[in-house]
Amino acid sequence: MTTEFNPTCPLPITQHTQVQLAHGSGGKLMHQLIDQIFAHLYEDTRHAPGHDSAVLNVSSDNLAYTTDSYVVNPLIFPGGDIGQLAVNGTVNDLAMAGARAHSLSLGLILEEGLDMPTLWTVCESIRRSADAARIQIVTGDTKVVDRGKGDGIFINTSGIGTIDHPLTIAPSSVRAGDAIIVNGDLARHGMAVMAMREGLEFESAITSDTCPLGDVVMELIDADIEVHCLRDLTRGGLSSALNEIASSTRLSMEIDEARIPVREDVASACELLGLDPLYVANEGRFVAFVPGDQAERALAIMQDHPGFGSANFIGRVTEQHPSLVILKSRIGANRILDLLAGDQLPRIC
Amino acid sequence: MKYLDEYRDPDLARRLSDEIHRITTRHHCIMEVCGGQTHAIVKFGIDEFLPDKVELVHGPGCPVCVTPLELIDQAIAIASRPEVIFTSFGDMLRVPGSHLDLFAVKANGGDVRIIYSPLDALKIARENPDKEVVFFAVGFETTAPANAMAVYQAHAQRIANFSILVSHVLVPPAIEAILSSTNNRVQGFLAAGHVCAVMGYHEYDPLAAKYQVPIVVTGFEPLDILQGVLMCVKQLEEGRHDVENQYVRSVIKQGNQPAQQMLTRVFEIGTRKWRGIGQIPHSGFQLRDEYRMYDAETKFNVRGIQAEESADCISGLVLQGHKKPFDCPAFGTTCTPEHPLGATMVSSEGACAAYYRYRGQSLTT
Repeated sequence: MTTEFNPTCPLPITQHTQVQLAHGSGGKLMHQLIDQIFAHLYEDTRHAPGHDSAVLNVSSDNLAYTTDSYVVNPLIFPGGDIGQLAVNGTVNDLAMAGARAHSLSLGLILEEGLDMPTLWTVCESIRRSADAARIQIVTGDTKVVDRGKGDGIFINTSGIGTIDHPLTIAPSSVRAGDAIIVNGDLARHGMAVMAMREGLEFESAITSDTCPLGDVVMELIDADIEVHCLRDLTRGGLSSALNEIASSTRLSMEIDEARIPVREDVASACELLGLDPLYVANEGRFVAFVPGDQAERALAIMQDHPGFGSANFIGRVTEQHPSLVILKSRIGANRILDLLAGDQLPRIC
Repeated sequence: MKYLDEYRDPDLARRLSDEIHRITTRHHCIMEVCGGQTHAIVKFGIDEFLPDKVELVHGPGCPVCVTPLELIDQAIAIASRPEVIFTSFGDMLRVPGSHLDLFAVKANGGDVRIIYSPLDALKIARENPDKEVVFFAVGFETTAPANAMAVYQAHAQRIANFSILVSHVLVPPAIEAILSSTNNRVQGFLAAGHVCAVMGYHEYDPLAAKYQVPIVVTGFEPLDILQGVLMCVKQLEEGRHDVENQYVRSVIKQGNQPAQQMLTRVFEIGTRKWRGIGQIPHSGFQLRDEYRMYDAETKFNVRGIQAEESADCISGLVLQGHKKPFDCPAFGTTCTPEHPLGATMVSSEGACAAYYRYRGQSLTT
């Protein structure tokens, strides 16, 4: 299925080292861009650019459908880039509904002056990520905006997935007694991007955790784990995800700080900047709510999955403090883990 | 994590807690001076480890909290100018001025940047000779040496397009202001470990002697704070009022002398207004005359900007330990971290914000 890729940019860069407004004008330059860069993204010729709509053949009674937009500075960061985020993010939103990824749309807004090799790198990454997540890109659009009116590349992706199991994977299925499991160490994506953006240097390189989550979710479902709810831990991190579910279920999420996996170098970077890893963004992490008596089996499946060896059981759903997330701190005292008022900002001292 | 997990050990915390319970025979009111300590106390739930008779009150040691409203307004006025690149530590950007905050200035097109060191601001000045680069020099004795160094280097390198908006305050005068107030309740202090790492702790001897209060230089991790409380309670129980050092791994009595020399070279001591408290004599730093050209307040002529605090806010009483956040009728109603009325709600280290975030509701239901 994977096509061999030429690792260098195929455009004659002596002519066009940067994206120009004309690349979005519908003329020859635009067609050149489509032929030489974007056409590679569409594996099935039926979906190749040139048609106004993709025609899909989906045989499932239940479809999941999601959309998300991606803006990140820098475009390429340790462990990933905006292209990878744009595919994985939407694929993961489908996975969180228990859906198998089927097809993806890709909208690109390019800023005039964007380096062509950067565009090529991002598009190559989109293609690779789509292959890895086994999702087809079926339709797309590109616009070019004036220099200064974009941030290099903005991406929107929408995804369709099929739901082929009887489970209702949603907050409404969460029950008191459910185990809360996280699939790996937290806060790496947010810290990797921040370190790069702010020019911070740490002793070890922190790389983003971006990855597709569809496979591990399907492994849980295929193993007859009665998955009640899944939530990815993107903006706002673990704390926001748990607070959203606590508030919509009116149940309480009781978690143990000592059980939450955070890599040592990431924890140090957070301490240094006065940030709490529980609020930092992740791009390949999620929490699963499963019946308490299936927790060990579910955890074993996650830990066996490549990259998720540090998955851990972090807490339980109870009825004791409705709508609250209660964190047992490292020294053993309980406190409320609340939503942040705004962005987390580095503290003065 | 090395050097952190050791100071967050639940068994050792329990042992310190047991010892505090064992020796406490009567009520003691102890103030932790520093916002970082307040933050740790609520984040780790340290007060759950203390007997009811040991009351912790949260002091004025949060630089974001005590920076007066008019300074924020001055910062906003400067940052709004088209020729200015305004640089600041992150948490000052959210602090509301009378009408706007620095985030709003940024949204309106102002060039406002979060930086991590004042030397980064100096670098920006060097790289942008056609712009005026201003750094918001906020904080206690901890952040002051690096700010002094930035001004010193600007002077040495003849960088004229750099200035700092100074709002530096000092811990010992604030402690004295609290102790000398007629309705003072505070019987012992946990002094801020990092302030003492810079300044040493000889300044506290006369305070401990004059007001007969124990002062324990204390760190920021849960075990540091519990040990600091234990040392303080022990003194109170024994009727002693010494200056002791819990934070021996970072603090020596004479402090960091090169840092102190840099402070003395660039700054002199002057009267400062503290948000929520008012004017305290000899309680802050200002630039010496020979460095006055780096003073943004003068350079941009913003000294005339004055501002009034909300009448509903009791943050001054909270900062001095007279009231707890829950005592305020505005707490959590008209005053929240999204719409703070006063000093102690504006910063995550402020007592009201910390209570709002971690103790929004009681857990003892």
